[in-house]
Amino acid sequence: MPAFLRYPLQAVNYGVFMLLVWYLSAAPAYTHLTPDQAVITMAFSHAGVRIEECHTLSQEELARLPPNMRAPVDCPRERSPVTVDLLLDGKPIIEKVFHPPGLYNDLGIDVYVSAKVPAGEHKLTVGMNDSVHVQGHTHSDERTVSLKPAQLLVVNFDSETGKFFYQ
Amino acid sequence: MNARVNPIKRSYLLLEDWFNLSFGPVWNPLYHLGTLTFFFFWVVLVSGLYLFIFFDTSIVGAYTSVEAITHKQWYAGGIMRSLHRYASDAAVVTILLHMFREFALGRYHGFRWWSWVTGVPALWFVITLGITGYWLVWDELGLYVATLSSQLMDSLPVVTGSMARDFLTGQLTDRLFTLMGFLHLLGQPILLAVVIWLHVKRLSHVEISAPRGLAVGSLLALLVLSLLVPATSHAPADLSRVPAVLKLDWFYLNVYPLLDKWPADQVWLLTTSVTLLLMIMPWLPPRKTGPAAEVHLDQCNGCGQCAEDCPFDAITVQARSDGARWKNEVVVNPAQCAACGICVASCHSSNPFRQAASTLETGIDMPQFAIDEIRTQTESALAELKGDTRIMVFGCDNAIDVTGLQSDNVAVLSLFCTGMIPPTLVEYAQAKGADGVFITGCRSGDCFFRLGNTWMEQRFEGRRKPVLRTRARRERITIFRAAETDGAKLRRHLDDFQHHIATLGHDVTATIAAQQQE
Repeated sequence: MPAFLRYPLQAVNYGVFMLLVWYLSAAPAYTHLTPDQAVITMAFSHAGVRIEECHTLSQEELARLPPNMRAPVDCPRERSPVTVDLLLDGKPIIEKVFHPPGLYNDLGIDVYVSAKVPAGEHKLTVGMNDSVHVQGHTHSDERTVSLKPAQLLVVNFDSETGKFFYQ
Repeated sequence: MNARVNPIKRSYLLLEDWFNLSFGPVWNPLYHLGTLTFFFFWVVLVSGLYLFIFFDTSIVGAYTSVEAITHKQWYAGGIMRSLHRYASDAAVVTILLHMFREFALGRYHGFRWWSWVTGVPALWFVITLGITGYWLVWDELGLYVATLSSQLMDSLPVVTGSMARDFLTGQLTDRLFTLMGFLHLLGQPILLAVVIWLHVKRLSHVEISAPRGLAVGSLLALLVLSLLVPATSHAPADLSRVPAVLKLDWFYLNVYPLLDKWPADQVWLLTTSVTLLLMIMPWLPPRKTGPAAEVHLDQCNGCGQCAEDCPFDAITVQARSDGARWKNEVVVNPAQCAACGICVASCHSSNPFRQAASTLETGIDMPQFAIDEIRTQTESALAELKGDTRIMVFGCDNAIDVTGLQSDNVAVLSLFCTGMIPPTLVEYAQAKGADGVFITGCRSGDCFFRLGNTWMEQRFEGRRKPVLRTRARRERITIFRAAETDGAKLRRHLDDFQHHIATLGHDVTATIAAQQQE
C-alpha cells in the first residue's frame, strides 16, 4: 500500500487507541454509594481483658521453677477476643469477632469494620464484649442518630473511660 | 498449511495483518510494544517532573496545587497533567497487549520463562505506581483509593496497627503525603526500573527507543486527547463524607470495586492467585527447548560473531583455554540457549563448500541438526528434483509449515530459524542445481527468536558477517515472510517466483559448477 494511503489508516488507529484510553481512564462511573446511603464505621483500638488473672505463686510452685525465674506473681498474657456488634433499628448490621494478635495472643486489636446504611434517622445500638468471663456485652451504648446522604459516622471507643463516642 | 493455528493466535495474526496494512512492518506497533511502553514511561517521567515542581506535598496543599496546575496554567500544567494520566493509561494498554501477544504466539514458555515471570510483577509495579499517583491528588478519588488501599494493607497478617483508621478521624499528617510523594516519585520508579532490567536481562540487543514515526504519532495522539478532554479532579477529599460516585481509572483501579463485594483477604486471595497463575504459565505445560549449541574449539577461531549475534545473550567470549594460536574462544551458557541455531549461521566455518569429502564440522553447531546434516539433506532434496525450474525452499520451524510446498520441482528444508541459514548454504544450493532459492520465515520484524530474520537479511545485504558473496546469483534468490495464516499468499508468491525463474531459464552456471565438482 502506498505510504500516503497509510496515514489516514494510522490516524484511525491512533483515534481508536486514544478513545479506549480516554474512556477507561474515567468511565464507566462507579457508584460506591447510592444517593440515599450513608456509612457507619466502627474503628478503634482496644485490648481484650486477660483470660487468666494474675496469681501469687505458692512456695512449692516457686521451688519447682529455676532460681532465676522465681517471680512471685504469674500473669498469663493471653487476652480475650473482642466481639463488636451494631444494630440499626434493631437489625444487626455489623457483628464481628477480633482475635488478639501476637505470639501469645496478647496484643490489642484494631477494629475497622464498615457498613452501608440508609440515610435518615435511626436508633443505633452498639455493643462490645472484651472478656471471656462475661456473657453478653461488657460495653454498650444506644442512641438516635440522623445520617445525611454520603455521611460517614465513625463509632469510636475510649478504652480508658470504657465508653463509645461518635465522630 | 493453516490447519494448526489456534483461534487465539489466528485472532492475533488478524490484528497484526491490520496493523501491517496501516503502519507497514517497520512501524507496526505490535512489533514495538516494549519500546512503546518505554516511550510512554518517558512521557510520564517528563510530565511528572514538571508537575512535581508545582505540587505541594501536604494535606491542604495537595488538592489546591493540583487544581492550580490544571486550571491556572491549563496551557502547560494542565496539558502535562493530562499527558501524565493518559500516557500512564496507554502504558497499561501496551503492556497488556504485549502479554497477549507473547501468549498468543506461544512466546512465554521454554527458554522465555524468565522474561514472562519477571514481566508479571512488572505489571503490578506499574499498577501500584498509578495507585499512589491517584492518592496524591487528594480529591474524593484519592480518599477512596487511600482508604481502600489501607484496608487492603491492614488485612495483611504482617501489618500491625490500622492504617485505614487514620483516614477517619483527622489523624492524617503531612508526613504521610511526603512519604507517598517519595514512594511515587522515587521509590516505586526505581523498583520498576530494577524489575524492567531483570525482565530484559536475558536478551541482547535490547531496543528501548520506539521508532521515531510511532513515537511522534503516539505523542501527537496523546496531545490531541489532552487538549480535547483534559484530566480533571473530583471534589476535594472530605474525611466526614464517603465518596459516592467515582470516575474510576479502570486501568489502575479495577480491583477496588471488588472490596465492596468481598472482604479484603478474599481480594488478596484472588489477585495473588491470578498473579501466581500467570507466573507459572510457562510450565503449564512446559515447553522443552532443544539441546544447547555446542562449541567445537578445533573449528573455532574465537572471532566472537556468534556471541554478537546471539539474541539471548547465551554466548560469551573468553580467553582461549586449549592452547591454540587464537586469542579467544566462545562459551555457551546452556541455561540461556534457545536452541535457535542463529549462531551456526554466524560462524564462518559453517560453509558447506568446506570439507566436501568428509563430515562438515563448524565452530558452533546444533547437536540435533548439525550443519553437516543440513548440507546432506539439502543435497539429497535437490537431487530428487526434475525439470528446468528447480526451486529450493528454506523454511522456518516457527513460521508457516513449508512441507506442503514440496513437489517434483520444489524441494523443501525447514530449519529452526531463517537466521540459521548460512549465506554459503544458499550458494551451495545453487551450485548443487537449484535454479532458484526461496526463503520463508517469520514476518519481518517478528522473528520467533527475536533477531534471526533481521540478521539473515543483513547478511544477504552485505551488512553483517558472514555476508552473501557476490558469486551468489541474487536474481535467483527471494525472501518472502509469512505467518501461519498466510498459506495462500505464500503459495502465490512461490508460483510467481517459479514463473520468474522460468523466464530466467535453467541455471547453466549451476550445471557447470556441479559438473566441475563431479
